[in-house]
Amino acid sequence: MSTEAIAIERLQATGKPWTETVHEWVTTVDHKRIGILYMVYALLFLVIGGVEAMIMRIQLMHSHNNFVSPQVFNRMFTMHGTTMIFFVAVPILLGFANYLVPLMIGAWDMAFPRLNAFSFWLSALGGFLLYFSFLGGSGLYGAGNAPDVGWWAYAPLTAKAFSPGHSSDYWTIAVMLSGFGTVGTAINIIATILCMRCPGMHLGRMPLLAWLNLVMSGMVLITITPLTAAQFMLLVDRYLGGHFFDTQAGGSAVLWMHFFWIFGHPEVYVLILPCFAFVSEIIPVFSRKPIFGYPVMVGATVCIGFVSMSVWAHHMFTIGMNSYANSFFTITTMAVGVPTGIKIFNWLGTMWGGRIQFKTPMLFCIGFLFQFLLAGLTGIMLASAPFDWQLGNSYFVVAHFHYVIVGGILFALFAAFYYWYPKITGRMLSEALGKLHFWLFVIGFHITFDVMHVPGILGMPRRIYTYEPGRGWDTLNLVVSLGALIQTIAILIFVWNLISSYRKGARAGNDPWDAWTLEWSVSSPPPVYNFASLPAVASRRPLWDLKHPEDPDSRYE
Amino acid sequence: MDRPTISGRRRIELTAVYLGCAAAVARANNSTSIFAPASTPAQEIFGLSMFVLAVTGIIFVVVFALLTYAVVKFRGKTTDAAREPAQVYGSTQIELAWTVIPVLIVAVLFLATARVIHAIQDAPKPASAVDVTVIGHQFWWEFRYPKLGIVTANEMHIPLSDPAHPTPTFLKLLSADTDHSFWVPNLAGKTDLIPNRVNEMWMDPHRVGTYLGQCAQYCGTQHAKMLLRVSVDTAADFDAWVRAQQQAAAQDPKVVAGKRVFETTACINCHAVNGTAGDGRFGPDLTHLMSRGTLASGAAGNTTALLRLWIQNPDAIKPGSLMPAMKLNDADLDALVAYLETLR
Amino acid sequence: MSAIANPLIGQPGGWTLPSRGKVAMSCLIIAESAIFTIFVVAYLYYLGKSVTGPTPKQVLETPIFYTFCLLYSSFTIHRAAKLLERGRRVPFLAWWLLTIVLGGLFLFGTGQEWHRLIYERGLTVSTNLFGTTYYSLVGLHASHLIAGLAMLVVVLSFAVRGRVDQEHSARIQVLSMYWHFVDAVWVVVFIVVYVIGR
Repeated sequence: MSTEAIAIERLQATGKPWTETVHEWVTTVDHKRIGILYMVYALLFLVIGGVEAMIMRIQLMHSHNNFVSPQVFNRMFTMHGTTMIFFVAVPILLGFANYLVPLMIGAWDMAFPRLNAFSFWLSALGGFLLYFSFLGGSGLYGAGNAPDVGWWAYAPLTAKAFSPGHSSDYWTIAVMLSGFGTVGTAINIIATILCMRCPGMHLGRMPLLAWLNLVMSGMVLITITPLTAAQFMLLVDRYLGGHFFDTQAGGSAVLWMHFFWIFGHPEVYVLILPCFAFVSEIIPVFSRKPIFGYPVMVGATVCIGFVSMSVWAHHMFTIGMNSYANSFFTITTMAVGVPTGIKIFNWLGTMWGGRIQFKTPMLFCIGFLFQFLLAGLTGIMLASAPFDWQLGNSYFVVAHFHYVIVGGILFALFAAFYYWYPKITGRMLSEALGKLHFWLFVIGFHITFDVMHVPGILGMPRRIYTYEPGRGWDTLNLVVSLGALIQTIAILIFVWNLISSYRKGARAGNDPWDAWTLEWSVSSPPPVYNFASLPAVASRRPLWDLKHPEDPDSRYE
Repeated sequence: MDRPTISGRRRIELTAVYLGCAAAVARANNSTSIFAPASTPAQEIFGLSMFVLAVTGIIFVVVFALLTYAVVKFRGKTTDAAREPAQVYGSTQIELAWTVIPVLIVAVLFLATARVIHAIQDAPKPASAVDVTVIGHQFWWEFRYPKLGIVTANEMHIPLSDPAHPTPTFLKLLSADTDHSFWVPNLAGKTDLIPNRVNEMWMDPHRVGTYLGQCAQYCGTQHAKMLLRVSVDTAADFDAWVRAQQQAAAQDPKVVAGKRVFETTACINCHAVNGTAGDGRFGPDLTHLMSRGTLASGAAGNTTALLRLWIQNPDAIKPGSLMPAMKLNDADLDALVAYLETLR
Repeated sequence: MSAIANPLIGQPGGWTLPSRGKVAMSCLIIAESAIFTIFVVAYLYYLGKSVTGPTPKQVLETPIFYTFCLLYSSFTIHRAAKLLERGRRVPFLAWWLLTIVLGGLFLFGTGQEWHRLIYERGLTVSTNLFGTTYYSLVGLHASHLIAGLAMLVVVLSFAVRGRVDQEHSARIQVLSMYWHFVDAVWVVVFIVVYVIGR
């Protein structure tokens, strides 16, 4: 046997030193490993953000509670929001995009592997910096503290006068860094999709996941950047004596709001589009039918990309815009609900006439459909400006957006985890634990977020560390908090499933779900180079063509 | 065989339970429900919201039913694992239909909404309107009645408005520091108070009573305790209140010692009492402190003990408020409280 | 995946996709344009809203010469890129160097302008709204110019050692896209600050 072969055998027998493994992971430029880094990073922050949520829910269990001080509570909602949006949702979706896009378009890696790694580590630095604020923030109330200005950081609350110390700066710089990383990855995704598709895969034959990530990345280029610009302006105000948002010098607090929400609203579409992608890949496979209306799904996505840039001031209905502005944003907001709602019908059309298999990924997709429907409808209610004058900034809004983010985005993410975990690790997640996770989470989710709409209707504003007895909010808040507890247990079961299945799960093989896109044509996990030779495709479902040579899709497209 | 998701029937049951609870609570006792309007803007919004709820409710029921039907009817059976169902790629007519219908629904909802937007925002201001300037502070409300020469804090009195001879109250909203929002759900939707900006809103209450609300835009540590009380009085009661507020401060010789404490310590830097040296505007005007039911913008009842505690140690009542602990000795504190209690 | 039939056998032209560098640079330009747009919006919104201090009309002097330098540098870099495409390395180097000199001149001009504004006219970033928005917008442009100059100098340092050749032409074109972008931004900034703003 050659010396190399002996050396390899010895390594496999004794294993690599852990330092070498860590070094490999830290210096990797492989899109698959970077994708996993993003996912693990995001899951860690999901747990931290969840702890922050539980602290708030315990404080709000009854009126005039004393579990935490107002200062701590205000930090909690600021950190919870900032963490969940920037350090959970964004990285986990970029992680899946990173892992899946090259595999699904038949490429070896992303267009710029080193930029890929750089973007990840930049974002990771942002997350670290945000949490370092607990030690280094030197806020007014003691040594070192986290930001407490809300995740929108409205001016002039963030001015030096109202936010002395550095806590607001930690928010600004951490989020700015993560923004740079996100833009870097968006550029990478666009270049990969436009320049590295395998032969035969013209744009009309790409999996919907690729389309949705393409549109998402295009949106990122012009939506994250306004926030970056505004944050830069805020730093000029805080450190160079600038007056961008200094109302005493003629500056405008409303200008910050416009800049923030021009980022903030399209951002939520940036977050949901990849989730539409997951659902659009999973529902067809478990209904055993192709996606219903592929061209319209693409068209609706592009439509959403554009229209969503015109709705931002529905977050500002109460700031005193005139009736024409309020009417404009009402109609654009309602209009963007049309292409979004249509997608629900397309997914329904996919399931219609199919043979639905109720495996865990599909269960989460079905939950997604029902919940996203309801979330969209409460969104329509909020789109009506006068209705929003009552419901805005209340717990109704909090319930609405958690319905989208937890009931929509997180459910789709769970579906994606159960669906692609076999491909990533080579092992199946436990179906039994998966179903337990699903049912517990659904129950907890609905107990919390269905009920949460009611305090909003009864006049409970958001971001309050306590509330008055006698308003009828006590019992409702208690119920909401109990549901949160149930969700926590469900998430712990999920994390346990991820960890235990890594060693003990059933071996997955190339294609455990009998699916149709290119990632299922390689081993699980895929080889480091993805494809031994670049595939060539003749339809949207290349593996269907292979499995059904008598009736390939290429005949119909 | 895999069991399907929460069955459609169970979901309907749960929904009904929740809606029932919500409706019951909204009707029962609650003073701050948006579904218990007592003034025209709130009433208009209520009407619109019922219409929007009805339309979205119908959409929900229809799509929910379709989804449930699909999930139940098209579940795969183990017997046909080998065969794939018919591979349908789309249908132009169906997709056209389910695009056109939502567009029409949006058009209808928009028109209904636009009408209410204009009705509320572009309402003309009658000559008989009462003008109140509201200035938001961290963490209290300043109310000035410019035409009546009144300055007060946290508890607003406005007259009942008779639909035949309306006497609405028009508010001008300003801020002295950061963003706030005026929200008394029974009377109107919320409008923000933003520094360097003038906003306006109006209300014309139809029922006498005390309406509660609070700040609805996060403004700092004690945002949660920036509470609002709006007292809607009959015309006669309102006039009586106005006249009482227009008086200068009571001058009771028995509390001269306390008045001296007030005027010679830092109190007058922030507070004003009409007829004394105190003309500070950073904190609430105290001229008629005892006409108010609460202290610290609703954070405490207006009692001797709480007033004493508020002056001595505000953090015990509202930690993070901008009222400093005055660190008076007991004698001065008692005298001061005695003086303040004469300011009716 | 040789089992999937190659649908391109027999098709003329084969399978060609756009160049990664050009796509990525276009995306970067789009993203940066969004950032500049926000600063321009702030500048325009705050025109006439300063509560105190000097107004644009009182202190600004239109930098015609330096603007010309920068705009001409777009032409010179274009020329340099075209020369390199044809493999003419020495002329390429000359025009490349000229581009750097013109860019450096513009930067010098900006520095001179700022020195005059700060020390003679008393306008700083903290003076008033005009000061804040002016220095931020022009400064943002200048910082992008500096980044571009840095990259141009790096290429220059390779080129003087004879290490830049025809095969690098595509990368030079990507870099010159960035340079044209910096120029285009200046056109917008110039119009907003020196034409509309006064």
